[in-house]
Amino acid sequence: MNIPENLRYTKDHEWVKVDGDVATVGVSAFAVEQLGDITLVEMPEVGDEIKAGEAMGTVESVKAVSDMYAPISGTVKTVNEELDDAPEKVNEDCYGAGWMLSIQISDPAEVEALLDSAGYKDHVASIDD
Amino acid sequence: MSKHPGTRTIGFNEPLIFDRSKEGRSGASLPKLDVPPVDPGEVFPQELIRDEAAALPQVSEPEVVRHFTRLSTWNFSVDHQFYPLGSCTMKYNPKINEWVARLPGHANLHPYTPDRLAQGAIEILWETERMLGEVSGMAGVSLQPAAGAHGELTALMMIRKALSDRGDPRKKVLIPDTAHGTNPATVTLNGYTVEAVSSNEEGFLDPESVAQKMDDSVAALMMTNPNTIGLFEKHIGEVAEIVHSRGGFLFGDGANLNALMGCGRPGDFGIDAMQFNLHKTFSTPHGGGGPGSGPVGVCEALIQYLPTPRPVKTDEGFLLSQDFPNTIGRVRSFLGNFGVIVRAYAYLRELGAPGLKKVSQMAVLNANYLLHLIKDSYYIPFGDGRCMHEVVASDRDLFKETHVSTLDVAKGLIDRGFHPPTVYFPLVVKGALMCEPTETESKEAVEEFAAAMIEIAELSRTDPEALHAAPQNTRLGRLDETAAARKPILKAE
Repeated sequence: MNIPENLRYTKDHEWVKVDGDVATVGVSAFAVEQLGDITLVEMPEVGDEIKAGEAMGTVESVKAVSDMYAPISGTVKTVNEELDDAPEKVNEDCYGAGWMLSIQISDPAEVEALLDSAGYKDHVASIDD
Repeated sequence: MSKHPGTRTIGFNEPLIFDRSKEGRSGASLPKLDVPPVDPGEVFPQELIRDEAAALPQVSEPEVVRHFTRLSTWNFSVDHQFYPLGSCTMKYNPKINEWVARLPGHANLHPYTPDRLAQGAIEILWETERMLGEVSGMAGVSLQPAAGAHGELTALMMIRKALSDRGDPRKKVLIPDTAHGTNPATVTLNGYTVEAVSSNEEGFLDPESVAQKMDDSVAALMMTNPNTIGLFEKHIGEVAEIVHSRGGFLFGDGANLNALMGCGRPGDFGIDAMQFNLHKTFSTPHGGGGPGSGPVGVCEALIQYLPTPRPVKTDEGFLLSQDFPNTIGRVRSFLGNFGVIVRAYAYLRELGAPGLKKVSQMAVLNANYLLHLIKDSYYIPFGDGRCMHEVVASDRDLFKETHVSTLDVAKGLIDRGFHPPTVYFPLVVKGALMCEPTETESKEAVEEFAAAMIEIAELSRTDPEALHAAPQNTRLGRLDETAAARKPILKAE
């Protein structure tokens, strides 16, 4: 399973890429495998305040609708609008073209609390049976 | 394959009725106009007048009859065959219910009939409320909500008003991770935010996790008991105590009441408000055959908030009273789905208390028998070899070994003449196959279904491709569900 080392992760299978005070967020390859074909991605609006751990959007697949939880607190900076018409990008390239939104980080300490790739790998191993 | 029921029949192809349209053809002949013609533009507001005629299909009467009769042969219903759609309680709908509902006094009753001329109808409402109260242990019941989710919504509206009346408006509602999707929707519509509570490794709601999240900002905890894994929430007493001690309300989703009748009452184990799904537990038609009906039951403290009008019994007879100043008001026009309530009333009266208890006992027995039959072929993640009214299997081991998934199993069941179980729900079970046989199935029907499940598990080892290609005995093969969701065609072209 592809778990890039340069990213941070949540237990809810989201990845976070930190660049200065901005974090880009998407879902992991494990999440994509579990969800199956993704049919709709609903994200918050640009400018919305989001709070770590609270629901911020939904991902709908042929199997289920799942909540997306904010990995960290902050303000929504951009949203990947291409997913509106092409949600399959998440299936095809979840760490690249399938990114979902970027967040202006309000509390850098929260980033430190996220899992690193090794920690996330262990987390996936613990549930993947 | 021929030994399986219901997989071969005449299957007509049928285009959209618009495609059958021929200019000038009609199924009706109107008499010659013998009054002066009226220009609609002169009597209706301009914005309501269309510029061109509606594109209605122009077809003859036999074409209409054949069109819909052919479409009806594509249906699958509980009158055809076993329908183990988990959490939906697809029990048989006794035909005597239909007879009772179609009696002219019920079917033709005008909703504006004065109370004094509708005594029988109001009495049915009054009695049904009390029977549901007796089954559930709830102090008061309203039959108004039109469906299960509407009943949830109504219950939470009452809770919200009760909290606001005591000067303690709250912000959040706790929902276990095994909940039905309607629960979070209910919460959001009531202006609360959802906070999820994880179930523990055994699949139960854990009192400790509830205690951690339960504070003075939480209005209610919404739980389903038995839960969607088919297990009785054994810590319910403790959970109720925690929620009540912090001033919150405990809502019980009545979706799975079919497991409990005559054996346990939500009101007795601490539920403050719940909805009933008459189209599940009380044998009224379901899905496309609906409409549904989702009465709501409440504890003593919430009775004052029940929707109005409420049926009342007086010395002079029955009446519909608006005289409840604290009510949340009306949630449905007239008296709810009256015809559906009559069907449930017939069911309640036909079975009586001992009959309802037997229903739940047989529903649980059937589910456990099914679990026992399939447990060597499918991984059953929770319950330790026991369940309540439904058994939730997983494709975990099967998929690992054969790459045959839950979706393939579901399609394979269609080939064998069965409606698939609920799949991929609840989300806490990987590749869930949620089977609810209900009490209406015979021992043989449960055995036939189990045999099909086992045959599929065996076939997955010898010929997995056959299952990836299923269904093949149907009019159409496997549908592209992804394309249907991503690029739906919603208009006739």
